[in-house]
Amino acid sequence: MEEPVLQLQEVTRCFGSGETAATALDGVDLAVRAGEVTGLIGPDGAGKTTLMRLAAALMLPDQGRIEVLGIDAVAEPVAVQSRIGYMPQRFGLYEDLSVQENLDLYADLQGLPPARRQERYDELMHMTGLAPFRRRLAGKLSGGMKQKLGLACALLREPELLLLDEPTVGVDPVSRRELWQIVYRQVREHGMSVLLSTAYLDEAERCDRVALLHQGRLLGMDRPAAFSEPLTGDCFVLEVPPGVSARRLQRDLQAHPAVADALVEGEHIRVVRWPDQPLPLDLLGSEGPALDFRPVPPRFEDAFIRLLRSPDEVPPPMPQIGSAGAGQADEVVIRAERLERRFGDFVAVKGISFQVRRGEIFGLLGANGAGKSTTFRMLCGLLPVSGGHLSVAGRDLRHAAAQARARIGYMAQKFSLYANLTVLQNLRFFAAAYGLRGRRQDERVDWALDNFELRPLVQRNTGVLSLGHKQRLAFAAALMHEPQILFLDEPTSGVDPIARREFWARTNALAEAGITVLVTTHFMEEANYCDRLVIMAEGEVLAEGTPRAIRERARDPQHPEPSMEDAFISLVAHREVAA
Amino acid sequence: MSGAGQSSRRRLRGMVRKEWLQILRDPSSIAIAFVLPVVLLFLFGYGVSLDAKDIRLGLVVEHMDSQSRDLAGAFVRSRFFRPHYYRDIQSAEQDLTERRLDGIVWLRHDFSRRLEQPGGAAIGVRVNGTDANQARITSGYIQGVWFGWLEKYARAQGRELKTPVQLDHRVWFNAAVSSRYFLVPGLIAIIMTLIGSLLTSMVIAREWERGTMEAMMATPLRIPEVLAGKLIPYFALGMFGMLLTVALALWLFEVPLRGSFVALLGASALFMLVALAMGLLISIVAKNQFVAGQIAIIVTFLPAFILSGFIFDIGSMPAPIQVITHLVPARYFVAILQTLFLAGDIWPVILPNLGAMALMLLIFMAIIRRRAHKRIA
Repeated sequence: MEEPVLQLQEVTRCFGSGETAATALDGVDLAVRAGEVTGLIGPDGAGKTTLMRLAAALMLPDQGRIEVLGIDAVAEPVAVQSRIGYMPQRFGLYEDLSVQENLDLYADLQGLPPARRQERYDELMHMTGLAPFRRRLAGKLSGGMKQKLGLACALLREPELLLLDEPTVGVDPVSRRELWQIVYRQVREHGMSVLLSTAYLDEAERCDRVALLHQGRLLGMDRPAAFSEPLTGDCFVLEVPPGVSARRLQRDLQAHPAVADALVEGEHIRVVRWPDQPLPLDLLGSEGPALDFRPVPPRFEDAFIRLLRSPDEVPPPMPQIGSAGAGQADEVVIRAERLERRFGDFVAVKGISFQVRRGEIFGLLGANGAGKSTTFRMLCGLLPVSGGHLSVAGRDLRHAAAQARARIGYMAQKFSLYANLTVLQNLRFFAAAYGLRGRRQDERVDWALDNFELRPLVQRNTGVLSLGHKQRLAFAAALMHEPQILFLDEPTSGVDPIARREFWARTNALAEAGITVLVTTHFMEEANYCDRLVIMAEGEVLAEGTPRAIRERARDPQHPEPSMEDAFISLVAHREVAA
Repeated sequence: MSGAGQSSRRRLRGMVRKEWLQILRDPSSIAIAFVLPVVLLFLFGYGVSLDAKDIRLGLVVEHMDSQSRDLAGAFVRSRFFRPHYYRDIQSAEQDLTERRLDGIVWLRHDFSRRLEQPGGAAIGVRVNGTDANQARITSGYIQGVWFGWLEKYARAQGRELKTPVQLDHRVWFNAAVSSRYFLVPGLIAIIMTLIGSLLTSMVIAREWERGTMEAMMATPLRIPEVLAGKLIPYFALGMFGMLLTVALALWLFEVPLRGSFVALLGASALFMLVALAMGLLISIVAKNQFVAGQIAIIVTFLPAFILSGFIFDIGSMPAPIQVITHLVPARYFVAILQTLFLAGDIWPVILPNLGAMALMLLIFMAIIRRRAHKRIA
């Protein structure tokens, strides 16, 4: 076999000291093969970025050996860096330089001879579709264009090994698909080897080989199919019988000891069982309809979840909600009409309209920069609207923002917790901020600690918690005052798939208790958890409806079972044709 | 190794060009390099004055005889004082307390008799010491007028003056005793510190914040090229700020330059390197703009302002503080600047100060060379 292009032997790397000490990588052995695309898969905090930086000779390991293209990365970092291409998170672009100036700079730094430049520039600009924008400042490009420019800069000198750190995070599906095409073209035409990290599990299946990283350890490395093959015969989809709540059925399935994973997928529920376990066919009781489990081929994500979970794990408790959500069902609680927001000349939200009814989970789906967060901040009364009409919980936000705000809970992106307060102090602070005092405050704090499994963490500093724990705490903090409407801005970004499932289970429980939930996400597959959603791009609504209705639109001979991502790409394509 | 040399030159050229484009497009760089020098110059050239003028002086004359009238007249004639007459010390002291006066000269009813008695205190002086600097200047001026009058009086009486010390008081180099003349040259040190240390450390911190430093470090770039790529553009920017300040000082504020321009240029270039080295040192520690800015202000800008002799005389600081000033590079440069502008090429003053700056530069560079590496954590 050919020598690996990247080899890690017993590599350990720690950060910090004392209470904040963390082991980012713990005795990792890894070999990346030449001429392949290797995916480094894992949630935030798994150690992906540390591994990338070690491979780029930007960091020293505490222990172990790293060889890149046969060179010792610790002893000869510059020799390594002369032969690799590296794109860090956020792409490493100078935003105040133009596209061409960024290319020139990286060509100079990588030592691309001037005679070869023009040809290479033209090739890369053509491949990335950036040719018409060469004079535009990099800061004025869209997220997808920045990503492609970052990739072009890393590819200038045709590196032997290309390292891409989360190149697709927060980027729209069209750009993601194009990035994969460019990467595979490099592999085919130039025999380049690629190591790419991602938190999207569905991207694992696009890799030749996958390294699964979790909490600093390598859980396994193989072809993606090799992970999922052992699950053949254990994966099913289940049509939800009429008159049965999909969410309740999903919850009951998840609680069943034979089931490793149950996931709402539109009008289906995807079920992964533990090996050699009987299916819970009579879950709805002897009088209820029998459940019809249809076997389906396993996916990478199914395997990942089964690797992380154990059969005797007890599912977390679901939050007990009082009468907060009481009210008339189907009542419209949020009404947005021709909602507009301008920042100077820039129109971030272009006259969008939609309605949200009580007890619904309503999704705003789109890539970074689509206008989701701006819309959200207007809905919460954090940002004044520039035009149109908006009422939340029956209040016009222009005149009664404070009254509307008392009825809403808001969980911000990145969670906005106080890192140097303990879990208990954070909860007490948010309770006090919502005006809860004395006995009432104690009750609500106790409720949060019990319902969100925070009791064991009560005296821990929030800054040292894992992302999943922070998400749980922020979720509890947003519910302290028993709001009727809950706004969740990118709640699952970077969180591991187990924590994401727990999050959606809790959200479902809230919706069943009558609380209205609005959620933004850039994970296309999470759209399936919503009752209804809008898909946004460049400040406009491309589609509104149930997940099924939106996916139906993309059905064609090539996509008999279109995914939400297919639907998004087809919507964008139609819009471009129309324009 | 011409190929390696060529690609090294190309990398450096790419770095410098990039930095220059960023400077030209970044309003805050332009503000620190071009606008701030002008603002500071106008502030210190026109606004701030450390000279005592129009000192409000209370003249308490208890008994108006010819000697008293003559001495009071000497104070009235002085261009430094704006005198008010009082009949008794109590009301004058009241006004001093209420800040309507800066000082009091008290001629008692037996002033003429005391004048004849050797060793007796002929006049009483009270000075508002709230502002120590102002108080020193006020009492100095009062003494000047008093001794001047005494000398004249003695000569008129046809005998030697009986005061124990004879002062021959003359001000050199800044004959007009104008504070502008020493403030404006000192400003050059402040402006170069701002550009070299504050701007440079913040610009590097910005690269860490935006992730561009990480992308740059993953290329075959060498550490000396990274350092030179930052040093060259900001050296040019700092020297430009210096020339702008000198031009305004000479032609707008009419501060004389008695030393040679070449010496000024040489000393400034050396100090600019010291300031840049401090900026680079800070950026090794501070990886975000806020921290970098805070450190740069506390470690470089404030000492250059307070401990360099720019405003406050080092000689009159407490001994421990005087020792600390030796660690402030601006101290040496301010000494050179004030000498070059007001006195001339006085090499015995300039050379030791140049030597001290060169030593500091060597030490800083050695630390940078040891501490700077292409690792990001």
